Amino acid sequence: MPTRDTAAPPIRRGRRAARAAGLAAAAALLAVIVVLSIAVGAKAMPLADVWSGLLHRDATEYAVVHRMRLPRTLLGLLAGAALGVAGAVMQALTRNPLADPGLLGINAGASAAVATAAAFLGVTAVGGYVWFALLGAAVVTALVYAVGGGRGATPARLALAGAALNATLYSYVSAVMLLDTASLERLRFWTVGSLASADTATVTRVLPFILVGLLVALGAARPLNALALGDDAARALGARPALIRAAVIVAVTLLCGAATAACGPIVFVGLLVPHLVRALTGPDLRWLLPYCAVLSPALLLGADVLGRVLGRPGELQVGMVTAVLGGPLFLWLVTRRRVAQP
Amino acid sequence: MTVLRTGGLSLRFRPRALGVGAGAAVLAAGFGLVALGSGDYPMGPADVLRTLTGGGTLAEHFIVYELRLPRLVTALLVGAALALAGTVFQSLVRNPLGSPDILGFTQGASTGALVVVVLGGSSLALAGAAVVGGLGTGLVIYALAWRRGVHGYRLILVGIGVSAILTGVNGYLLTRAPLLDAARAVLWLTGSLDGRGWANAGPLLAVLVVLAPLVLVGCAPALRMMELGDDAASALGVPVRRLRLVLLAAAVLLVSFAAAAAGPVSFVALVAPHVARRLTRAPGPNLLPSMAVGAALLVGADLLAQRAFAGHQLPVGVVTGVIGGGYLVWLLALERRAGRL
Repeated sequence: MPTRDTAAPPIRRGRRAARAAGLAAAAALLAVIVVLSIAVGAKAMPLADVWSGLLHRDATEYAVVHRMRLPRTLLGLLAGAALGVAGAVMQALTRNPLADPGLLGINAGASAAVATAAAFLGVTAVGGYVWFALLGAAVVTALVYAVGGGRGATPARLALAGAALNATLYSYVSAVMLLDTASLERLRFWTVGSLASADTATVTRVLPFILVGLLVALGAARPLNALALGDDAARALGARPALIRAAVIVAVTLLCGAATAACGPIVFVGLLVPHLVRALTGPDLRWLLPYCAVLSPALLLGADVLGRVLGRPGELQVGMVTAVLGGPLFLWLVTRRRVAQP
Repeated sequence: MTVLRTGGLSLRFRPRALGVGAGAAVLAAGFGLVALGSGDYPMGPADVLRTLTGGGTLAEHFIVYELRLPRLVTALLVGAALALAGTVFQSLVRNPLGSPDILGFTQGASTGALVVVVLGGSSLALAGAAVVGGLGTGLVIYALAWRRGVHGYRLILVGIGVSAILTGVNGYLLTRAPLLDAARAVLWLTGSLDGRGWANAGPLLAVLVVLAPLVLVGCAPALRMMELGDDAASALGVPVRRLRLVLLAAAVLLVSFAAAAAGPVSFVALVAPHVARRLTRAPGPNLLPSMAVGAALLVGADLLAQRAFAGHQLPVGVVTGVIGGGYLVWLLALERRAGRL
């Protein structure tokens, strides 16, 4: 980078200020949605009650806030950031605009592993799920990368291979649910993708995986930018392509595996947010990833709140809301752009 | 390629393709004979044949004609219909993975059926809703993929998007149903032939009788030309757009009615055309051999599902899912090695 802060021309400095301001605005939006996520639900709370419920142990809202709404919101923050950032780095790594952990089958891989664990190995808690989910996500990530990392892989072909994997893995999951009614009862809510079952234990269980994954992904932003120029150019810029790819695959595995273990397979968050953000920031991952890390939880929690509002007196699962919100964007993307080339 | 000429008529055919079709049909018949003879009241093949030709005791007659034959016929028809639809789809989108389960048509049929499960309704309503759901999804995908004609990859991508949306909707509908109905719905979603009677086979038979000749005789030569590309096909005099619409409609109808009869049995539509193509070693859509292979595949899978685990009957969709999933992974690896993916 020849231009550093002091030498930066005014336009560039102005753009950086605009991006920073945009990030601050995104964070403010996220804060509003977090408050809404705590306030909205079967028992609606005015803002004052949210505050007292958060802070005062003897307030009547304390139990609701701390046992249910707060873990749920935290899980939404973590899972949203995980899926959004995973989608963004997948898109950068495979140079494929349609790469999404849900569409490519990574979340389905985690689901299949969790279903196996739940039905055959008697694992029932998220604490146990997480390892199986990581394993399943790792296998499918490696597979997707093996298929999609090559030169000939066009977006459409990769998406098709992912859809085929998805179909296979989900037919396996439904076969497992069919053979074992107990796992049907447990897994049928989980397979839609839901934040409803969140508790403090779940959050603390997946927190380390997602934090490590986020850090690795954010750390890989600059070398991934270099990698976008091609392997040779990246090497000339001092990056090590093999190492970066390995790091990104590890990060995606950690992020998708942990998010899926906690809330089930959720599609389209990893597709929707990076595409929207790219319109704001351009392809520079050093800005793209932080934006995704802030706006993806905003989307996921927003979808969750929307599900709670629309589904009264029960709720709509967040996975369904994101599928219905994200699907049209995907359709718009593939019908409008040059993506639909063979 | 052999040509048969009699007077003013000439007929071109591939002996190998005919042989494969006949072989698969014989295999299906053999599986069928075993399936008719096995169960809680075992019968030898000779007894089965005697009963089928009008002999046998009253009990045997009842068991074969009322209990086992409907199931067998449904399996044969569903297998043939799915294979035909899958061959047409794969040929139209010019991709070996372009089967209706991946492109969202079966998910649409499932959505229709699940709505009936949640609202409560007879099995007839369920079958009808599956057909409506499949056709509606076909229309939506066609309309969205339309841009001066419908082209392969746009159709695939739109199908994947619609299928992802519908998967979300289906999962939601599943959580809305009470547990007992949910179990029934999952069974239906997997695809099962348990308790299928003549009422299930009838509508599918009617659709197949109308559409199979239409596709096989009316569209097959043009479909072969369309695999050369739209421009080349147009130059050869094929009305590309109209034909594609007709073929898509026929394939969606076949898939929807097959789903109505047995649920969305996975991967038969994907695998049967591949197997047929490998056996016949012929390029282009092998429509008739595929149908025979599909029928044999589904009857064989159903037999396996009933007999593989003693005392535990699996729905046929589990078996086809496992077989098809394994095949698919192998196919992906193969395509990858050949550099086509």
